[in-house]
Amino acid sequence: MTYEEILINELGQNENLLVLTAENRAAIRNIPNLKPERFFDFGIAEQTMIGAAAGLALRGKLPVAHALASFLTMRAFEFIRTDIGIPNLPVKIVGSFAGLLSEANGPTHQAIEDISLMRGIPNMNVICPSDAEDLAICLPVILKSDSPYYIRFTNLQSSIKHNPVFTPGKAESILEDGYDVTILTYGCLLKEAVIAAEILQSENISVGLINLRTLKPIDSEKILEVCKSSSLIVTLEDHFRVGGLYSILCELLISEQMMANILPIAFDNKWFKPALLSDVLIFEEMDGKSIARKIKHSLSKSRIFLNQFNT
Amino acid sequence: MDYKSLENISLAVREHIIRMATNGGCFIGASLSCVDILVYLYKNFLNVTKENLSSLERDYLFLSKGHDVPALYGLFAEIEFLDKDRLSNHLKTNDDIYWHPNRKIPGIEFHSGSLGHLLSVGIGVALDCKMSNQKNKIVVILGDGELNEGSVWEGLLIASAYKLDNLMIIVDRNQFQANERTELLIPLEPLEKKFEAFGFCVKSCNGHDFSEIDEALKDFPFEKGFPSILIADTIRGKGLPSIEEKADRWFCNFTRQEIDNLLLELHGKHITDLNSEKIIAR
Repeated sequence: MTYEEILINELGQNENLLVLTAENRAAIRNIPNLKPERFFDFGIAEQTMIGAAAGLALRGKLPVAHALASFLTMRAFEFIRTDIGIPNLPVKIVGSFAGLLSEANGPTHQAIEDISLMRGIPNMNVICPSDAEDLAICLPVILKSDSPYYIRFTNLQSSIKHNPVFTPGKAESILEDGYDVTILTYGCLLKEAVIAAEILQSENISVGLINLRTLKPIDSEKILEVCKSSSLIVTLEDHFRVGGLYSILCELLISEQMMANILPIAFDNKWFKPALLSDVLIFEEMDGKSIARKIKHSLSKSRIFLNQFNT
Repeated sequence: MDYKSLENISLAVREHIIRMATNGGCFIGASLSCVDILVYLYKNFLNVTKENLSSLERDYLFLSKGHDVPALYGLFAEIEFLDKDRLSNHLKTNDDIYWHPNRKIPGIEFHSGSLGHLLSVGIGVALDCKMSNQKNKIVVILGDGELNEGSVWEGLLIASAYKLDNLMIIVDRNQFQANERTELLIPLEPLEKKFEAFGFCVKSCNGHDFSEIDEALKDFPFEKGFPSILIADTIRGKGLPSIEEKADRWFCNFTRQEIDNLLLELHGKHITDLNSEKIIAR
């Protein structure tokens, strides 16, 4: 089922569920006609949509609020933090065209700090499904949660078969036993990570691959396990290096007084080249081949380092 | 209507506010300007009682300009939502009675403090009441300085688009923002015309005169199918001539002696010679 089909299905089952948007209807094009009494469009007014979502939640409703991720998480940030976060209301906010999915829109539309912003809000949970199938697996669970959620929306086609069981705070392990390298990732880059893993495996490098699903709560147990068993950990994300998965991993390792050899692949203090997704991936060296190349380079460096260390 | 009993409650609320303006102080000016409106609303307009505070049938009041919350603390003590003894816990860590509203205080519907938020929250509640075919009235109190915030005007557009005639905004038009007269900093006039242009039905009244408030609110909504706005013309610091309309008496932290004198001043017996530090900039 598509995201919209699941929402329509849930609207039928839960009379408190409402669909809100700040004139961002791409994912919910049929709902205004099919469920007009459960649909509210606030126009291009993200702040008022979020405040109103809080008001509706005060009355016992469960609003699912849609907007472009950059305007949702930044224009309306203080409304999310103050009106959803402080009272811990069960509003689900859905940011579309996040990360690389803004493609050729340019930096105004690049939500590559959204995870950093949302995870910094007490009570807020963050989920970044890798593709439409992954989202469809996670969505019903999230809609039943009493907590606020930021959903980093995607409608990309899946390239792998996902684990049909989703638990918040539990990562999806796609490849186990990455003694040489384990890739931690989320969102649209999972597809590229799969390609990179195939290349590396063909060169007899053992690769682990983990699709994190929720970034908050984070699957600390799984991450610490692979940090102990893998020579190299890669954090692969379409987000600024600051505040996203790389930061989460660093925070986790320090709190556990652990060390790991980490290769972060993210946007380091810069916005990405606006273009169609397949071209951006190559330009920004985030396509499967480039990822594999970076990992091999890093592995060779770390072997030199480890050899020096051991002698 | 018995305006005398309302005046007595207002006087008691003002005494509470004055007593909160020491040992850390409070936003006394803005608190005093909206007292009479709040007293009228809770005694005569809103279906909100100690018994129905968690009922979905109750009316809602959202205090969007949250720094005037001492007026609600004082009023809630007078109408027994809150034990009067708790007012002495103002700013103390043993309670939750601080400079801005929060929902741990019975009767406070939502926290505020960041300006320009609660119109949108009120819109959400109003939408739900309409959807549920319930007759609740939703009142949002905005400050005139708060009207600087763009989110207020966003909310006006949307309340108008959804024809929320169960929603009423009351502007506490005390003519001041933090440090300066509104008309000298960011002029708002002609305010009625602005609101009318945004699709609201607008009335004005003297926000300290119960008969005028009564007259303005006797029919609600002002017009079926339209959201309502009441511009309540008020005086910042109302009741204390020594701070009324003084730009530098926005947030005040008085000495014990000054508080005693201000309580006398409230009863018209005295003009206080204030020596405590003036807040000259926000």
